[in-house]
Amino acid sequence: MAKFMGLAEAIAQNVRDGDTVALEGFTHLIPFAAGHEIIRQGRKHLTLIRMTPDLIYDQMIGMGCADKLVFSWGGNPGVGSTHRMRDAVENGWPNQLAIEEHSHAAMANAYEAGAANLPFAVLRGYIGVDLPKVNPKIKSVTCPYTGEVLATVPAHRPDVGIIHAQRADREGNVLIEGITGCQKEVVLASKRTIVTVEEVVDKLNPPSFNSVVLPHWTVGAISHVVGGAHPSYAQGYYKRDNSFYIAWDKISRDRDTFLAWMKDNVLDKTPEAFAVHAKKGSV
Amino acid sequence: MDFTRNEMMTIVAARALKNNDVCFVGIGAPSAACNLARLTHAPQITLIYESGTIGTRPNVLPLSIGDGELCETALTTVSVPEMFRYWLQGGRITVGFLGGAQIDKFANINTTVVGDYDKPKVRLPGGGGAPEIATNCQEIFITMAMGKRAFLDKLPFITSMGHGPTGAERRAMGVKSQGPTRLITDMCVFEPDAQTKEMTIVSIHPGVTREEIAENCGWTPRYADSCSETPAPTAQELEVLRDIQARTKAAHAA
Repeated sequence: MAKFMGLAEAIAQNVRDGDTVALEGFTHLIPFAAGHEIIRQGRKHLTLIRMTPDLIYDQMIGMGCADKLVFSWGGNPGVGSTHRMRDAVENGWPNQLAIEEHSHAAMANAYEAGAANLPFAVLRGYIGVDLPKVNPKIKSVTCPYTGEVLATVPAHRPDVGIIHAQRADREGNVLIEGITGCQKEVVLASKRTIVTVEEVVDKLNPPSFNSVVLPHWTVGAISHVVGGAHPSYAQGYYKRDNSFYIAWDKISRDRDTFLAWMKDNVLDKTPEAFAVHAKKGSV
Repeated sequence: MDFTRNEMMTIVAARALKNNDVCFVGIGAPSAACNLARLTHAPQITLIYESGTIGTRPNVLPLSIGDGELCETALTTVSVPEMFRYWLQGGRITVGFLGGAQIDKFANINTTVVGDYDKPKVRLPGGGGAPEIATNCQEIFITMAMGKRAFLDKLPFITSMGHGPTGAERRAMGVKSQGPTRLITDMCVFEPDAQTKEMTIVSIHPGVTREEIAENCGWTPRYADSCSETPAPTAQELEVLRDIQARTKAAHAA
């Protein structure tokens, strides 16, 4: 049942040390404000699942929140490396980071299997490649009808699924539109969920009958955080801050520069600080 | 008209696409080439990005595969699980267009690690959509700039399969799609030999010598008997490419 609350309370109630957590949003609607709140609350030993770790997991890994990363593409899109993730994998800073690596197709299928309450996903994938040699969770099954050998991966069933959405109505029904990634699957696959939204409205008024709406009884905590996806974006509200993605390369390359940025822009801030970004990049 | 080698590579890559192609677009160099094709000789081409945008017509090149521009100008946008299941695995894509960090003579690609997987010298981003794009599209085009660190005799890791480590594995596994049929570089164009599947040079870009190619390739490249000179970029191709790159630069700096 959806319950409205502040973001600090939502994170404190739902995210515990050692949890498996998925903050999803495929380039669009990445829940940065929620990630920053997890960092501020000092959560540790998390297993972080995300198709594209992006800047949000670069920040969480660099601040020591994670023991393990489950992912399929770990870079700064169109820019280069996620330097904090690389530093953790290559040098163990600030701590050793275990990785479980998949392809996008397998990750998307694993979320879908979780939402469908199946134990594993099946796909025609991983053919002739080396990932199955280094990820023992990638296995195979023989089709009982055709004999074809297909790849399998276990379903994703996070303890906590966290997404950002355009809006919720006062009952807690949630609307997502634009590039919807696998947000619906993450919410339906997770034990507990947190949704941050740009706006709370009297009526959702979905633009079409088939817009992605999550009924209030599928959602846990809802927090109203204006601008909560920045530097990612919320279609219809503000654009992706591509100049920040480019700037992050320099900020994150060096440990001290990174820590200074995190202190000024995360540790010393509150979720309300995100609102200014929504205004700046408005569409 | 003067042109850079990078412009030459993008323009030759664009020429490989047809008006009726349904193309799964990788980010970076492939994205520039695919949109150049759409803005020149292939106005009806369907461009698909893995973020779920189908039939997108961006006015500026996206920085990521999921910029809002792609969704705003798309015919429709589907979820990511649907994109990989129905559209890619479903066999709807005629051409997958990939880039990469490292490649071998059978067009296998590494974008995962340099060095040992568990103790990597350089941790690269990983495969993303590429492992399944490489086998589920009808054919694969690859575009990469040449260099001794990029064109390797043996890869440390195979992220996505070309024709297999010895050129025979793809067929032996019964994969029905063609795999890499063209490799477009900043110096020349490769196509697979019909028998051995070794990527073989079929045309050399204007102003490039065989010595230069040898210096930038980690194996001794083979040349097709019919190897010719790649036609130089036309004024129109260069103008359209420079226009979209200027628009893109302005948009991303804003």
